[in-house]
Amino acid sequence: MGLNGRFGRFGGCYVPEILVPALEQLEAVFLDAQEDPAFHDELNGLLANYAGRPTPLTRCRNLPGNIYLKREDLLHGGAHKTNQVLGQGLLAKRMGKTRLIAETGAGQHGVATAIVGALLGFETVIYMGAEDVERQKLNVFRMELMGARVIPVESGGRTLKDAINEALRDWSASFETTHYLLGTAAGPHPFPTMVREFQRVIGREARAQIVDQLGHLPDAVVACVGGGSNAIGLFADFIDDPVRLIGVEAAGRGLDGAEHGATLLRGTVGILHGAETYLLQDAEGQVADTWSVSAGLDYPAVGPEHAHLKDSGRAEYVGCTDAEALAAFKALAEGEGILCAFESAHAVAHALKLAEQEQDSAIVVGLSGRGDKDVSQAQALLA
Amino acid sequence: MSRYAAMFERLGGEGAFGAFLMLGDPDLQISARLLDAVVAGGADMIEVGIPFSDPVADGPVIQAAAQRALAAGVRTGDCLDLIAGFRARHRDVPVGILTYANIVLARTGFMRDVAEAGADSLLIADVPALEAEPFVAKMEQAGIAPVLIAAPNTPDTTLKRIAKLSKAYTYCVSRPGITGTHEGGRFDSLLVERLCCAGAPPQVFGFGISRPDHVRAALSTGAKGVICGSAIVECAALGGDVTALVRLLKGRPGTTRHRNELNLPAKESGNGCACDLARTNPIGAGLDSDRAVSGDQERRRDPVSPGLRTDGSAHQI
Repeated sequence: MGLNGRFGRFGGCYVPEILVPALEQLEAVFLDAQEDPAFHDELNGLLANYAGRPTPLTRCRNLPGNIYLKREDLLHGGAHKTNQVLGQGLLAKRMGKTRLIAETGAGQHGVATAIVGALLGFETVIYMGAEDVERQKLNVFRMELMGARVIPVESGGRTLKDAINEALRDWSASFETTHYLLGTAAGPHPFPTMVREFQRVIGREARAQIVDQLGHLPDAVVACVGGGSNAIGLFADFIDDPVRLIGVEAAGRGLDGAEHGATLLRGTVGILHGAETYLLQDAEGQVADTWSVSAGLDYPAVGPEHAHLKDSGRAEYVGCTDAEALAAFKALAEGEGILCAFESAHAVAHALKLAEQEQDSAIVVGLSGRGDKDVSQAQALLA
Repeated sequence: MSRYAAMFERLGGEGAFGAFLMLGDPDLQISARLLDAVVAGGADMIEVGIPFSDPVADGPVIQAAAQRALAAGVRTGDCLDLIAGFRARHRDVPVGILTYANIVLARTGFMRDVAEAGADSLLIADVPALEAEPFVAKMEQAGIAPVLIAAPNTPDTTLKRIAKLSKAYTYCVSRPGITGTHEGGRFDSLLVERLCCAGAPPQVFGFGISRPDHVRAALSTGAKGVICGSAIVECAALGGDVTALVRLLKGRPGTTRHRNELNLPAKESGNGCACDLARTNPIGAGLDSDRAVSGDQERRRDPVSPGLRTDGSAHQI
């Protein structure tokens, strides 16, 4: 491998030997593309004219405090996921692959992969936990409309973790023709680095926009963390600034119980899905089943760079319960006329808490996705 | 001499048969009996899994086995007890552990504990050569032999590292993919040859071995053994006779017949690969080694050549 795949002690490339050449090929093509202006031209063209970048930075008019929303919900596909699937899709083309596989939790990454599959002409297969297929029927149908095949995964807790297991199993037999389009800044090297670089555009735009609107940097940047791709993309260009970076994990039904997805707050160090990172697991290393009202945060591991940002103290990580997220979802809808994804509602909820304590602080919130997919669930929960 | 080295010496070039079982599947008592049953069928070495919740290298059969064991409440400590019990009953049969990195990482003193239980080797399915060194250092400290995986797509530089780090044997993957889902494999004699030339310990094929002809095909490459997993685990799960299955796969009824009892030709010196012959014939190495390769392959096709054989009288299951 050419790049350092470690973030402090975290990260690495813990995969069966059979997959190492595929990851080396991916790293090589990623590095080669990074140096190629034609690649950037094509990617930036797609981001601008197909996906709709730059996305706005919206100052909340009616919510308390001084909250700015980075509107990835307005991106084509309805979430920040589109940024990096376009990047990886172009890399897959460069490698001559003809088939894409992906895992999905909430369905947003599956939808994004289906989009790029249709756009760039790949056969597309999406692995999705059977539990999530139930929770996110609308997104399943969206993927199918765009020509992707959705395979429900029945093993384990039938959520995102199990979908990743299944995608890795598929890939270890199919890597010659297939690119595994991993959806978050987790997994084996080079995925955490590559996904961060493709999501960096969120923070680059947000930083320029807030400086333009406010005349200075914000006090805090807040984003939800499941695997952590929207958070790392938003944080990346603020890392060297005197700005608080706050990741919000799913506290589910409460951090004191077992029903949450707060890996950085309650996890211990382990190895899962190719990386050394924090995990929710028992004392013997068996990985726990997690819970969150938002399928996209329902994951027992976390991107290794977040593990490092936590240990180094550069970023803070907090939790937000299902109930708090739902309240924020409702507040944003009523106050600003924006339906956000349940995932993003976790970040909004924490921003509201922060705004209460610090009226004057300028807070940038990563509004990572739109809430259409969650409307029917919200209807049931808020009834 | 290690149990593996003693076993390979005793077999004298006849292929070793490794039987894989998931420890604790479906419970501790039955698991202990199954370990004995595969040895009764003639398994020369046993490979045992310590169950993990997320076995990404395994197909449905072994995933289900791990799930059954975990659902029965089997813990890593129980697995060590099963190994210790097996070791007390079978002093000489090599025992290799196959598991995942997180299981190893979660238990302080894992290597010491497995060594004390009487295991001989450890393969960590999600630790490739690239990440292996810290694990290998701990294994060697504890007297556990590291086993690494080599695949047909593994480049030469990595094969050299695998050859250097592996001690008991080298686990050769017969084909891309996961355990047990596809019939047969592409038993790549070139991989065996490349490992041999890299000075790797004995090559043992795994993945896709579920019938006697797979065993023969794997050994015809010059590999020194095979490991059969999913077929045995599935047989056990269906309540079948794993002793009979191992006999069938080995292609011989009764207990292990040793090489000298079968009147097989004397073993060649060295590893028996092309580079050995090239080394013994340094003059005109290019031509000679070419001839040596084809000669070697002819010998492998010879029906009385070293390897497990079928005599047609095996039990049906």
